[in-house]
Formats: sequence, structure tokens, C-alpha cells
Amino acid sequence: MDLVTEIAILVLAAFVGFEVISKVPNTLHTPLMSGTNAIHGIVVLGGLLLVGPAEGFLNELLLVIAIAFGTINVVGGFLVTDRMLGMFKGRKAEQVKRAADEEQGA
Amino acid sequence: MTVHASFLQDRDFINSLYIVAVILFIVGLRMLRGPRTAVQGNIVAATGMAIAVVATLLVRGVGDWHLIALGVGIGTAVGIPSARSVKMTAMPQMVALFNGVGGGAIALIAVTEYRELLHHGGENPELSFLIPSLFAALIGSISFWGSLVAFAKLQELISGRPVKLPGGSLVNLVLAAIAVLAAVVVAAGTESEALVWLILLAAGLLGIFAVLPIGGADMPVVISTLNAFTGLSAAAAGIALDNVALIVAGMLVGASGSILTKQMADAMNRSIGNVFFGGFGSGGGSAPGADAEDGVDRTVRSTSAADVALQLSYARLVVVVPGYGMAVAQAQRAVADLAAALEKRGVEVLYAIHPVAGRMPGHMNVLLAEADVPYEKLKEMDDINPEFARTDVALVIGANDVTNPAARNVTDSPIYGMPILDVDKAGSIIVLKRSMSSGFAGIDNPLFYDPKTQMLFGDAKSSVGEILAEVQAL
Repeated sequence: MDLVTEIAILVLAAFVGFEVISKVPNTLHTPLMSGTNAIHGIVVLGGLLLVGPAEGFLNELLLVIAIAFGTINVVGGFLVTDRMLGMFKGRKAEQVKRAADEEQGA
Repeated sequence: MTVHASFLQDRDFINSLYIVAVILFIVGLRMLRGPRTAVQGNIVAATGMAIAVVATLLVRGVGDWHLIALGVGIGTAVGIPSARSVKMTAMPQMVALFNGVGGGAIALIAVTEYRELLHHGGENPELSFLIPSLFAALIGSISFWGSLVAFAKLQELISGRPVKLPGGSLVNLVLAAIAVLAAVVVAAGTESEALVWLILLAAGLLGIFAVLPIGGADMPVVISTLNAFTGLSAAAAGIALDNVALIVAGMLVGASGSILTKQMADAMNRSIGNVFFGGFGSGGGSAPGADAEDGVDRTVRSTSAADVALQLSYARLVVVVPGYGMAVAQAQRAVADLAAALEKRGVEVLYAIHPVAGRMPGHMNVLLAEADVPYEKLKEMDDINPEFARTDVALVIGANDVTNPAARNVTDSPIYGMPILDVDKAGSIIVLKRSMSSGFAGIDNPLFYDPKTQMLFGDAKSSVGEILAEVQAL
């Protein structure tokens, strides 16, 4: 891909991002933050792409650390967001969940 | 394009998978707009990530499966347990830490890629690779070290109060100049690994020194900014690596972090520059000594749990105003129990959530959600402020600066102009507080001296517990 195409993609992505995110209510700002946080863990792809051709111990070490960091970012980020969102309950949903819990308990 | 056995490794096929992943990210983020769809939204985004990872593993030449397994294994072994066990009150530092490792990964990838290119020698790397790569290294390193300091502050490994450094912004300017200059020299064609490490070092120190002087109350802005930084550097790394998934995903995060940063700064009526270079609470117009002679009656009325219980039980509308103090005392569950007991007696209970209450955007919402408070009861500032006039009792639990009327009328107050919760418009105000010390901003709060205000001193959790017991005994 040439640079101009990539910059075009970048700019469009910024607009999509602004458009999508600016409507998230305050209530969900923490999960939004940890969710987007998980998404930038996508840098792990960079580590995966480079580790194969990498030569030398230092390069390999740095990339393994990078992959580990990226994985923590992705796995931890999505999990923690899921945990948080699971707690957001409306009045109805709360009752449904309680009923389900009781059923499971029985 | 011919379809043969290894069509899976075809560039177009892999890029198509990336596009699917990107669509899932956008759809997932869209679903985060409402609490009902948010859980699925997160799963949709995670699915997108899984597709992007699988697509990458298909790329021709990707290999050294041992090393990949090692890295992913370590990451999973660390990530899953920490995400599972973290307390909701500790969420800001967890997010800071996850953000930091993301930034660290980017910086390391940028450095390694440069090292590989030098190693293979030959022609000079192209500018279209060097500029985004150096940018990613610089911003990634700021994000990594800045996030670590934010983590240490939130975890109280180091003081959460503003730490004033000698030299202050000047040191930061010099560090920024060194990092940028080194980057320009490398981009101009100087092949030097040492210079790239210098960029990482200077940027890292800049990240540390920039976050160190920032007080705890400003953490929502800091965390949002660092989040945006990591996103932007991921997008830059995507350009360097010619990877469309990285570009789009990184930029989405960059955009969302920027919006949140702006919203948080607006909610405090401060510019982002002021947060990073202002040194809140270390100066400012309202030194407590100076205020003491302004003629305001500084009598504080303290009250008892029994009396609070009585007032709450016979109220029609009670508005709870939670702040970071509630999180510190882990009082959210007790608060929810108290609200349930009051509702049983026919009292309407709502929660007033200031956008910057707590240590990260939406912090209070997560804590109260954990305590099973339905999200319909959590009211944003603009929705709840008109309600205070008909509120019988405002119950302020561990919140301070976000209720400070000085923001409205004391022009020389450091928080002048900050939108606040109009707690002082309520019929009566009960403030649960550990002691008379001022908030993180270090600003005196006239609300505490209001004739309508009563203070209940003590640990928020045990105070709320005592009130609950009294309510139940009525």
C-alpha cells in the first residue's frame, strides 16, 4: 500500500472514531476506555509479523516481550471490560438475572 | 489471482480478514453506546481481534512458533488472572497498566524493526517507514512510562499528590526537544541505533516527569490522554508496517481517547495543557490561611448516624453524591444497601455522578454497578442539577471538589468555572467525610460551612453501615 492510501485510511478512521465515540454516555466511559484500551493491543500483530524473520537474541527477546505486552493488553483488556459490563444492570435485567441465579442455585 | 492450496496466505485474503476485523471493531464500539448492547459489543470487538490475530498468523513468513507461543503464553498467564482478580475500585490503575504495556509493545516493535533494517544494511530505509516508526517509538515510550507512573500513583506506591519537580516544564521541554531532534537526525538518514535508544530514553523520562507532578484528581484526564497516545502510536506503527488493521484500530482508539480527554478537561473547566503543566493544588489563589479572614462563618455542624437516618427516612427524594472517598472506603455496597432500605420505606433515591468523580472517566458508575445499583438511577450532572431544588437530602459521600460552590462564584479559586453538582440547592446536605482536610485540589470547600450542611465524620463504609442500622431500627 502506498503512503497516501494509508494516510487516507488513517484520516477516515479518525472521523469514524469521533463519530462513534462521541455518543457514548458518561455511564459507560470506564468500559469504553478499557474496551478501546484492549483494541490498541492490536499492536501484538506487529510483534507476530516481525518475530519470524527476526535475527539475533536481542531482537527476539525484545519481540517476545512486545508480544507478551500486547497479549496482556488484549486479553486483560477485553476480559476486564466484560467483567465490568456484566455488572451494568437495568431494573428489569436485574430481576431476570436474580431469577436466573436462583434457578442455577436450585 | 489463482486459488491454490495456499490461498489462505494470499495478501488479498489476509487483508479481507483485516477489513472484517476492522468492521467488527467499529460495530463493537458502536454497541458500547448503550448498557444493554455493551456486553455484546465488547465480545464483537474481541472477535474482531481474534480474526485479526489469526489473519496475521497466516501471513507468509510469520513463524518461529516457539517464540510466538512463549510471548502469547506469558501475556495470557499474566493478563487473565489480573483481569479476573482486580477489584473495581482498582480499575483505574489496571487500565493504566494495560495501556502502558500496549505503549511499551509499540516502542519495542519500532526499535526492533529499525534494528532489523540496519542489520540487513543496504539502502537507507524509506522516510515513509522511518517517520511513522520513530513517531511510534517516541509516543509509545511516553505512554509506557507515563502509564507506569499513573499506575504507581493510583496504587499509592508513590504519593498521589502533585509532586513538584525542580525545573518543572523546562526539563520536560528539553527532554521533548532531545527526543524530537534525535528522531529528525535519524529520519534525515543517520543510521544510528544509539540515537533510536536515545529517543526511547528521552521520551520515557518525559513520560515520567510529565505525569509525576499531576495530582490524583486530574487522573481522568491523564489516563484518557495516555490512552489516546497509545492509540496514535499504534496507528503510526501500522503505517510503518503497512498493516491496515493496525492503522484503523489504532486511530479509532486515538480518536476515542482524544474525545474523552477533551470531555474530562471540559468537565473541570481546564485546558489539557493546564492539567499537564499547571501543577494543580501546588499554587493557586486560595491558600487556606488567606481565606480564614474573609468573614465567612466557618462553623461546622457535626451530626450523628441516628439523626442522619431520621432525616433520610422521612425524605421524599434523597440524592447520593459519591466521590473518590467512597471508592477508597469500599463503601459502594453499603451505600446500595442503604438506598434499598430507604426505597423500601418509599423514599426515592438517585445518584448524582459528576463526569470527573473518581480517578477515571465513569469510575463511580462502575463501582455502583458492581453494587447492583440499576444504571437508570445514576444521573449525569446536567440531568440531576435541576433536581436538587426538589431534593430533601443530598448525601455527599467522599466527594469534595465536584460539590464546591466556590467554583461558581469565587473568581480566584483554582476551580473557578468548573461545572459542579448543585448540592447546595438541596433542602439539607449531609456530608460524610473522614476529616476536615480539603480535597485533592487542596481547596477549601464553603459547602461544609453552609448552615444547611451537617457533617458526619468517620470512615464512609462504617458511617453508612451505622446509618443503615439506624434506618432499619426505625
